[in-house]
Amino acid sequence: MTSLAHPTSTIGRVFEHRFLQYRRTFRSSIFSSFLSPVMFLAAMGLGLGAYVSDSAAIGGVPYLVFLAPGLLAATAMQSASFEATFPIMGGLVWNRIYHAMYATPISPRDIALGNLAWIVARLTLITTIFTVVIVLFGAAESPLIIFAIPAAVLTGMAFAGPIAAFSATQKTPARFAAIFRFGITPLFLFSGTFFPITSLPDALQALAWFTPLFHGVALTRGLSLGTISDEPIAAAIHVIYLTTLATAGAFLTVRNIRARLVRG
Amino acid sequence: MQETSPTSLIHARGLTKRFGEFVAVDAIDFEVARGESFGFLGPNGAGKTSTMRMIGCVSPISDGYLTVMGMDPATQGPQIRAHLGVVPQQDTLDVELTVRENLAIYGRYFGLSRPEVARRADELLEFAQLTERADDQVEPLSGGMKRRLTIARSLINEPTVLLLDEPTTGLDPQARHLLWDRLYRLKQRGVTLVLTTHYMDEAEQLCDRLVVMDKAKIVAEGSPRELIERYSTREVTELRFAPGIAETLDGQLEGIAQRVEHLPDRVLLYADDGEAAAVAVHQRGLKPETVLVRRSSLEDVFLRLTGRSLIE
Repeated sequence: MTSLAHPTSTIGRVFEHRFLQYRRTFRSSIFSSFLSPVMFLAAMGLGLGAYVSDSAAIGGVPYLVFLAPGLLAATAMQSASFEATFPIMGGLVWNRIYHAMYATPISPRDIALGNLAWIVARLTLITTIFTVVIVLFGAAESPLIIFAIPAAVLTGMAFAGPIAAFSATQKTPARFAAIFRFGITPLFLFSGTFFPITSLPDALQALAWFTPLFHGVALTRGLSLGTISDEPIAAAIHVIYLTTLATAGAFLTVRNIRARLVRG
Repeated sequence: MQETSPTSLIHARGLTKRFGEFVAVDAIDFEVARGESFGFLGPNGAGKTSTMRMIGCVSPISDGYLTVMGMDPATQGPQIRAHLGVVPQQDTLDVELTVRENLAIYGRYFGLSRPEVARRADELLEFAQLTERADDQVEPLSGGMKRRLTIARSLINEPTVLLLDEPTTGLDPQARHLLWDRLYRLKQRGVTLVLTTHYMDEAEQLCDRLVVMDKAKIVAEGSPRELIERYSTREVTELRFAPGIAETLDGQLEGIAQRVEHLPDRVLLYADDGEAAAVAVHQRGLKPETVLVRRSSLEDVFLRLTGRSLIE
């Protein structure tokens, strides 16, 4: 009888499947991962930023320098959210490939964690390219920006985990539009990416504090500006908050995918 | 690998599946021997798919006892699944990948090395008559080709048992015959086949032995021949009458056959000599619009056992 492989290798095979799918769109995906930050930083950082005169409110740095790390975290959020919706539900409902995997020694846990691991890899690629663009724009103040990559990936996973868990319960993509319209887009606009949340009315400031993107942006910006060491406790809270969301999301994703596959 | 008996691969006693209050499979007993081709015949909703999913270790049993290859699905699911080939009712192919990639990645799920997977994929493409389409996307393939690919995929781990849930549903007759031919070859190679079907001809073609399921229970068991001998006559004479006539017959067919069955669209006379029964009908002055004498099939067995047709 063939011996059963170690669990990490069964997770690895689910990851391998995603990689095989991705190979098809690899070139265009790399290109757009590069082009998108270039356009955003040029248009908003340089173009719009030229009109931002009150640099004291944004930490005394040019608007481009303020904006770039915020966009990095926000981009990770957007990519992660997309990867955690359609592909997850599709594997259960559309082409049912998760059911095909479950007929082999692959377990529901492997399927959930393999797909989340894939999202980590995608985000690492996207945020690394983004960070390189930031550096090329001269928008990084500190070498600590290298750590903005894992911080942005963690931000993405704080969204991917819970959203994947939700996607695993859906039979149609109808509610995904609502996630993007009432969740991702407002967060993108109001969580400190484009302006500090201190510009918001008090009630909204409190609300913004609870959004994961606020914590992600605070981390990436602190690292890019080199100001993170000024507030170590705040930084620790950001990391704990995001890690908790990502972990709880992963746990629920395993549970929901298992329930769905066992039901048939 | 430990086994309860050298010949019995699947062993079920009082096997039950409940979904809340609903009983999908109600305490069924069966055994499948190594090398055998075993079928579950029954209409939609009889509990066939639920039974297959329990054997496939993807749906826990609610009650009773089940071993597959001597192992317990509750605790050794992945080990059992490593030796199963599964052809689900609905296609679960990855339409974003090519035909060959579908086979290759599936082999990887079983932990096979890439060179081994490549070698087996070539063989299976040949077997499934898909070599020419190997590097094409899956989506434009015909229904029959997709089914053959699904069967090829299920063989990538060289399974001990192949589970086929309604393998030819939705295919045209030519595609079905091609598929039956492939399955017959597997059977000759000694692969144990377990299949569900609601097609009596499929069961007759492929099954050495089968159980008839109805309303979550097994109502009969045997080889197709045994079941026909036990529950039906050698021949059947099918009579179709003009609209309204059949209702007025009322006893006029008594004594012509061992059993008379009134269906909405026709009357069936069960007799060992169907021709003689047809002649007798005419001698009584009855004028059916069409008369067809045929051999008894599993359809007749099912009708006898349940009072209903297999395909409604």
